[in-house]
Amino acid sequence: MNLVVDIAWTHIAARFRQTVVAVLGVAIGVGFSIMMAALMQGSQDDFVRTLVNAMPHVAINDERREAPRQPAEEAFDAAQIRGLTPATRRRGINNPIATIAALESWVPGSVTPSVQARGILRYGGKDVTSVIVGIDPAREPRVSQLVNHLKQGSLPALFRATNAIILGDRLAEKLGARLGSNIAMSAGTGKVMTGQVVGIFRSGVRAVDEGTSYVLIRTAQVLAEQTGLINEIRIRLNDPMSARAVADRIIADTGLKTISWQEANEDLMSAFVVRNVIMYTVVGAILLVASFGTYNIISTITFEKSRDIAILKSLGLTQATVRRIFILEGLVIGLAGALAGSVLGFVLTQVMLSIEIRTGFTDATRLPLIVAPLHYVIAGGIALASSAIAGYFPARKAARVHPVEIIRGAT
Amino acid sequence: MSVPLIETRKATRILPGIVPVTLVADIDLLIHEKQFVAITGPSGSGKSSLLYLLGLLDVPTTGEVLIRGRDTSTLVDDERAEIRLATLGFIFQFHFLLPEFTTTQNVMLPMRALGKLTPGQMKERAEGLLSSLGLEDHLAKRPDQLSGGQRQRVAVARALANDPPVILADEPTGSLDSKSSEQVFQILRDLVDRDGRSVVAVTHAIDLAGRMDRRVHLVDGRIVSDEMQASVALGEPA
Repeated sequence: MNLVVDIAWTHIAARFRQTVVAVLGVAIGVGFSIMMAALMQGSQDDFVRTLVNAMPHVAINDERREAPRQPAEEAFDAAQIRGLTPATRRRGINNPIATIAALESWVPGSVTPSVQARGILRYGGKDVTSVIVGIDPAREPRVSQLVNHLKQGSLPALFRATNAIILGDRLAEKLGARLGSNIAMSAGTGKVMTGQVVGIFRSGVRAVDEGTSYVLIRTAQVLAEQTGLINEIRIRLNDPMSARAVADRIIADTGLKTISWQEANEDLMSAFVVRNVIMYTVVGAILLVASFGTYNIISTITFEKSRDIAILKSLGLTQATVRRIFILEGLVIGLAGALAGSVLGFVLTQVMLSIEIRTGFTDATRLPLIVAPLHYVIAGGIALASSAIAGYFPARKAARVHPVEIIRGAT
Repeated sequence: MSVPLIETRKATRILPGIVPVTLVADIDLLIHEKQFVAITGPSGSGKSSLLYLLGLLDVPTTGEVLIRGRDTSTLVDDERAEIRLATLGFIFQFHFLLPEFTTTQNVMLPMRALGKLTPGQMKERAEGLLSSLGLEDHLAKRPDQLSGGQRQRVAVARALANDPPVILADEPTGSLDSKSSEQVFQILRDLVDRDGRSVVAVTHAIDLAGRMDRRVHLVDGRIVSDEMQASVALGEPA
């Protein structure tokens, strides 16, 4: 066995109990860090999944990101325009069928047109504002989870009744409407139509559940009093994370206002960044505290073994060799702690996964945890690095021991 | 005359502090091959300090220490360590063996640090050295299973591990009873007479110093006498 390894091992083995305590310190740090990372990442992924499922990955609508430039602004470098009456523009996406066909040719996912109108739903004397979305029941399952979110009724039921409508469960609750209820709907045009509730859904996103309803595209067009109107194209991508890039290309190609789900939830996304920074700071702090245990034992060993270090140096061992002995001891503790901590982390994660949460408000659910190798690598890596650093400082001190001072003291 | 194994030129060691302490001053000393040199003097006269300078464990504040003609004053700590490892063997008043290692493992330590032999050769040499010192029955014992004299003999074997031409001993018999002292002295004597090494030993024991080839006497950090012993001068057996 290599001399450095041999001496390091004898030091560690001779202090079995202290070594075990230091290893346990690191292991607990690593274990809880892994569990915490699994919980944080899991809850974040779960939240994003819910969010992504509840809305299109990319939404294209008929608005423009910037007001159209006036001819005077095109002609002159500086122009002041007053009392301008903007030209009335026909609502909707121009030539939607061609646009959809063009998108379908390259977008990696599914594309569906829809009509979105703001309106008021009335039932039993109650008025509730709602986003009324006109959809194609055949295409809708390809771009949204609506079909999975339906608690009552079905999507094809939209064809079965005149002006059939599907309501969010909270919206239905607000109205007091149930399956089969006939409710009145009106849009900004003043047009009032009566339709039957053929479905109730629950997406899990409160804003959607209490403010969105679905009808057939044709119904929404009649409500908006504009035949052929398509004012939104929704896209569901095979890879939701590519939404930004797809949105950017659509903007470049069509000039239409296109919003990816990340852009629509930018505040939340930045909150996640902050959340992750906090998480890794806490994980780092836990492992830093654990490394003090390693520092403590290596310091103790260097103190207790100062005479042996002096003798080894007097025999001819170099500073670097002495330093390596104690850094190796720190690394051994760190490695043992990282391995034991990985096992502990896995067990803790499994225990947390087995916990069933029951409340009066939701169905029984389990904690959303993610078992990711990266968490083990990060926690183990930080533990190893902090143990090496914890070993380095006593090692440096030991390497600088002046043999004469120790030998004089010992004699 | 051949290049001396160790040479000091006006070597002075001063401990810095509010009141600087001069440990040794203006030491001019030549250690040649096959010499058994006693460094004597009263307590605090600088005997051990001189030995540490000769063994490159300490660095002179002024002056030079040369090993086989090579000036060591400009060397860094690790370079001096390498010279110690290959050229010098140390024996201290206390054995200073590593308690977790067996006698054989302790003797193998300098060989392992030098790394010139295979593990098998190291073990063979360590066992051979221990056997030559009468410790063949104690090869696998740990230091705490040995007597004081036996431990010191293990320390001698460790000092010989890398076959150094010079052995530096600091009160090698200081912690031993008279019988063990005599045994260790005879071993050191043999190292000079039989193996042709040089031994420089700090000692308080006047009788032992009187049986060595040369006696360097220090007082207040300065050499006051450096003379060959009568027995050697007359060519008598030691």
